Amino acid sequence: MKRKGLVALVGAAALSLVASLVTTTSASAAVNCDPYTGYKAMKGKTVTIFTSILEPELTTLNTAMSDFQACTGIKIKIEGSNQFEALLPVRVKGGNAPDLAWIPQPGLLAKMVETGKVVLAPKAVVANVDKYWSKSWKAYGTVKGKFYAAPFGSNMKSLVWYSPKQFAKNGYKVPTTWADMTALADTMAGKGQTAFCGGIGSGGATGWPATDWVEQMVLREYGSDVYNGWVNHTVKFSDPKIVAAMQKVAGWMQNPKWVGNVKGIATTSFQDAGKGIPDGKCMMLQQASFYGNIIAEGGATISPTGDAFAFYLPATNSKVTVPVVGGGEFTTAFSSRPEVQAVQAYLSSATFATSRVQLDNWISANSGVPLAAYKNPVDKLSATYLSNPKSTFGFDASDLMPAAVGAGAEWKEFTAWFGEGKSIADVVKAIDAAWPKS
Amino acid sequence: MSDFLSVNIPKFTSVFSAIGMFFIVLAVLFAIAGRANGKKARPIALVIFLAPALILLLAGLIIPAIRTFLFSFMNPDSNAWVGFDNYKWMTEDPNVKSIMVNTILWILVVPIFTAALGLLLAIMLDRIKHESIPKSLLFMPMAISFVGASIIFKFVYEYSEPGEAQIGLLSSIVDFLGGTPKDWMLSKPLNTFLLMIIYVWTQMGFGMVILSAAIKAVPADIVEASALDGASGWRLFRNITFPMIKGTFIVVLATGVVGALKVFDIVRTMTGGNFSTNVLANEMYSQVFVQFDQGKGSALAIVLFLLVTPILIYNIRSLRMERSHS
Repeated sequence: MKRKGLVALVGAAALSLVASLVTTTSASAAVNCDPYTGYKAMKGKTVTIFTSILEPELTTLNTAMSDFQACTGIKIKIEGSNQFEALLPVRVKGGNAPDLAWIPQPGLLAKMVETGKVVLAPKAVVANVDKYWSKSWKAYGTVKGKFYAAPFGSNMKSLVWYSPKQFAKNGYKVPTTWADMTALADTMAGKGQTAFCGGIGSGGATGWPATDWVEQMVLREYGSDVYNGWVNHTVKFSDPKIVAAMQKVAGWMQNPKWVGNVKGIATTSFQDAGKGIPDGKCMMLQQASFYGNIIAEGGATISPTGDAFAFYLPATNSKVTVPVVGGGEFTTAFSSRPEVQAVQAYLSSATFATSRVQLDNWISANSGVPLAAYKNPVDKLSATYLSNPKSTFGFDASDLMPAAVGAGAEWKEFTAWFGEGKSIADVVKAIDAAWPKS
Repeated sequence: MSDFLSVNIPKFTSVFSAIGMFFIVLAVLFAIAGRANGKKARPIALVIFLAPALILLLAGLIIPAIRTFLFSFMNPDSNAWVGFDNYKWMTEDPNVKSIMVNTILWILVVPIFTAALGLLLAIMLDRIKHESIPKSLLFMPMAISFVGASIIFKFVYEYSEPGEAQIGLLSSIVDFLGGTPKDWMLSKPLNTFLLMIIYVWTQMGFGMVILSAAIKAVPADIVEASALDGASGWRLFRNITFPMIKGTFIVVLATGVVGALKVFDIVRTMTGGNFSTNVLANEMYSQVFVQFDQGKGSALAIVLFLLVTPILIYNIRSLRMERSHS
């Protein structure tokens, strides 16, 4: 009797587990299928996607894709994991690859291509990417000359946060050139204001905001070729170009006239750094597009006339057009079944990107998305630069470098550069020494 | 409420069914062991009772230890042998040198202060009125995790620029006494010692409680006899009390050494290992889980293991000696 009860319990547990795995899809009554006439109806087919994106973002993605699923009959099952980077290689090597994966690092994409399991992008995807994305974006989805993965979502790092209210109060104008920005900083310093906020503290990842600053400067001064060479270590950190870019960062974020206590930047957390923006304790902060959420935590309104907003970090060299540092995911296929290729084509289309950006908090570098579709003003601003066909896009370099440098020596040494006044010469020497030999 | 139930009922059912399965397995094993008789009874019982512990020990300790040892001679992805390269890196890298120096400082300073302060408090609080109140208060930090304690001390060590109000406790005390506060976490080598204070603060309560129990266990007749012989104060403590609680004192010291070797959360939370405050355990974590270098991380783990071993051996030995004395 007792055992029977237990068996029943186990059975019930198994059932409820199955029940929780089944996602319910609700077809809304009036679906407009016009945008999807190009896709064949493939009822009953399922496409699986594996990603590092988690809830609640997954639900939003599903909402954005619901019309496509209703009209074509293809069911898209997304599985998110915070262990994505570790699990994907295991699954692919174990013959258990998902149909699609959103890979956030070009380095991991290259590793996956090495396994021979990644499928080349189908024609429709190639056409979409050629039409909607800039060349540098396409290059990050390309491995050894072959194009595999279309860009998916993006984030934008070349922004400067400021307070429109404080700027209005002081009669400041948003600078559009580097010279304007430095002149403005001098004006602020003259008035006794702190022109730039700074903070690179981030627990075990302390130093990453400083790597962003150097990335901004390398891309701005020298463009894609030097930037990509720097990522591959064909241009070393000790190269005069990189050293010069670091000196320019030192003249900006280590300028005591503009930032006040330079060393304090190393012990200030990046979250705290911008807290003073709404009330003018410090006036400008170079940070990524997501930073609005952090400032908004303090109750500040984020809008072009509110307590805080962002402007584009100006270019420094006229030869490098619209330099933008950022990141993003790439839709990688491990199967060439027609329904998988249909989903791939759909995800690289402007239709998908538009329906996604309408739901807030998402940026696409797809130039086919009308800017008016963006709900969030910061996302809209970011997209203006990301989807500009003239933009020189640099993928976050520290994410592309080997982890021993990009998540190790570079963080540590840049922190010592800010916090302990370590010389640029010593910093670059130590980072070059940490670069893996093979 | 219904939401809570619908989310949690599957969780609870799987937990309870797992526990149920465990008991079923046990019942089956016991049934087998109970049926066996004659010559085979003893070996079968031995296997049944030892096997689970042995399997867990093997899977949870011995195999990982061997793998770590092997990984320490391999490349970051653990798919090619590199000989002693990872150990060579440890002797050459200037960062590792500072890590070793800091780790040794932690081993030397932290246990001595934790045990000495614990002993001092135990003696001072012994037999005073309402002894349990100050003791509970002093023991309380023990209940805070190192990360929590570090966050508290982040506020203590907070530094504001001159001219602004010093909101950090340490800075405002220094300010009040007429000194000039500085950015404490950047001032080396002081910063390492400031981090040690966090550890001592949370752990000295533990030393106090253990040592206080040992002091109370010193037989009253011995204390009385020595008092009759004229021993009091310092002499009583030196010649009677301390020798009798020495074993306990060593246990507190050894716990402190092992704890100081493992310290990771404090350094990670306070400085992230920057500004020359890094220690072995934190670097090991960074190498394996941030920089994905299993080779270097494993080599650091082996060094950590080698450093802990003699202390554990000494600890076990002194415990055994004590047992054979009594």
